[in-house]
Amino acid sequence: MPDYKARPPLSYYRTALPGVDYSELQGKLIVIEGPDAVGRSTQIRGLKPWLEELGHAVLDTGMARSALAGKGIKEAKQGNTLGPVTMTMYYLTDFADRLENEIIPALRAGVVVLTDRYIYSVMARAIARGENRSWMEQTAGFALVPHATFYLRAEVQHLVSRVVVGRGAFDYWESGLDNGFGRNMYDSFVRYQSRLIRVFDSLAEPYGFETIDATRPPVEVFESLKTSVSRIFDAPDKPRIVPPRKSPQRSHPAPTLRTGSSRRE
Amino acid sequence: MPYFLPNRGPGRLIVVEGIDGSGKSTQIALLSQWLRLRGYAVAFSEWNSSPLVKETTRRGKKKEMFTPTSFSLIHATDFADRMERYILPLLKAGAVVCADRYAYTAFARDVVRGVDRAWVRNLYRFALKPDLAFYFKVPLETALGRILGGRNALKYYEAGMDLGLSRNIEESFRIFQGRILAEYEAMIEEMGFHVIDATKSIESQQKEMRRIVLREFGTVRAPGVLGVDLNAARLHA
Repeated sequence: MPDYKARPPLSYYRTALPGVDYSELQGKLIVIEGPDAVGRSTQIRGLKPWLEELGHAVLDTGMARSALAGKGIKEAKQGNTLGPVTMTMYYLTDFADRLENEIIPALRAGVVVLTDRYIYSVMARAIARGENRSWMEQTAGFALVPHATFYLRAEVQHLVSRVVVGRGAFDYWESGLDNGFGRNMYDSFVRYQSRLIRVFDSLAEPYGFETIDATRPPVEVFESLKTSVSRIFDAPDKPRIVPPRKSPQRSHPAPTLRTGSSRRE
Repeated sequence: MPYFLPNRGPGRLIVVEGIDGSGKSTQIALLSQWLRLRGYAVAFSEWNSSPLVKETTRRGKKKEMFTPTSFSLIHATDFADRMERYILPLLKAGAVVCADRYAYTAFARDVVRGVDRAWVRNLYRFALKPDLAFYFKVPLETALGRILGGRNALKYYEAGMDLGLSRNIEESFRIFQGRILAEYEAMIEEMGFHVIDATKSIESQQKEMRRIVLREFGTVRAPGVLGVDLNAARLHA
């Protein structure tokens, strides 16, 4: 378990962004990572109101949601000609735009930034498709080192059942069909996601992930996350933690499995 | 660490570089035409031309929302798309690919925008190494005269207005191009550019380019794509 209080103020991994004064960044940067269909957005939907109730201003962001490139990525994925390097570059463009135009301004204002995926997903997808790891690490090296990264981990069979139960169908990109990992969507999904999980596992230690067992019921995962997120905030400022209530009308509902198809990246 | 991946052919990659107004586009158009007439299969690829990123680039420019880093990355995305879908497969098929601007443009321009030099060089490590890279060397004032005389409106990013060098767009363009020129000049040796004196006549520059191409490539007898064993070919036009 990483010692969050020992973390230095926010800084970059390898390369400073031009024009950014890192000492100004007062907020907290919290990353939720993990493979497709592991339940990241469900947890974020619970964490955001919980943090807000504790008195934090929260910016909720995620991959492929940038004003600049979000739409372009979505359109590019409609076709079948998006190559692996191009995809990586497009995601990095999206990330850079969100980092500089959303995340950094929010951190400057003392906001807690909660992000669904981070550069690790971009890196993992590229590495799983055979791109060079050190190239990726250097290229993504302008990212901020987060205060905490929670890696929601599950084996591929768990993801399969979540996809089948929750969405009812396999997705072209989540199955890695662009890279031909298997002869049909199921085989390809299993092979590609297994490879992604292995890459995430290999990033966990060097990038200081806190691994959360996401095979448990979402409510239990949520409890683990709340405990860990609480530790990020300094003890003197630490707000009172409201115990979860059992009423169905609770203001910050515990996450439940979603069955809709309104998921974002 | 090498900057680029080796081109394992059999096609050949020719690129032209230089500041705006150096005349490189005119020269590569003439060279492509000449190569076609000599029987080569010629393909052409221009900087910032991929349909995949066109809308994103337009959005970013229109709303002036680019940072130096996102500006660099969207151009790398454009380049990656052209590399993966066009340049690489055509080189494998034996074409001569002519590129108007290449990764060197990013190395010069993005660094002037404040992007880290080592970072942007690493970014393009997926690119193939050109077989020939021509650099059109021209004094700043000559190039500025060609550009500022011939066109009416400079665009915001083209003039480097995002850098806040000057509130006057023409003055900003001058300073911006001057700095890019300095980056190019510093790259000549490092990147092994074939330097073309771009103050000379169009005809004599073209003659020099053709001489270098013939010397480096040999000539091709059969029309169409290049064979695998190009270096060994001692052929006649």
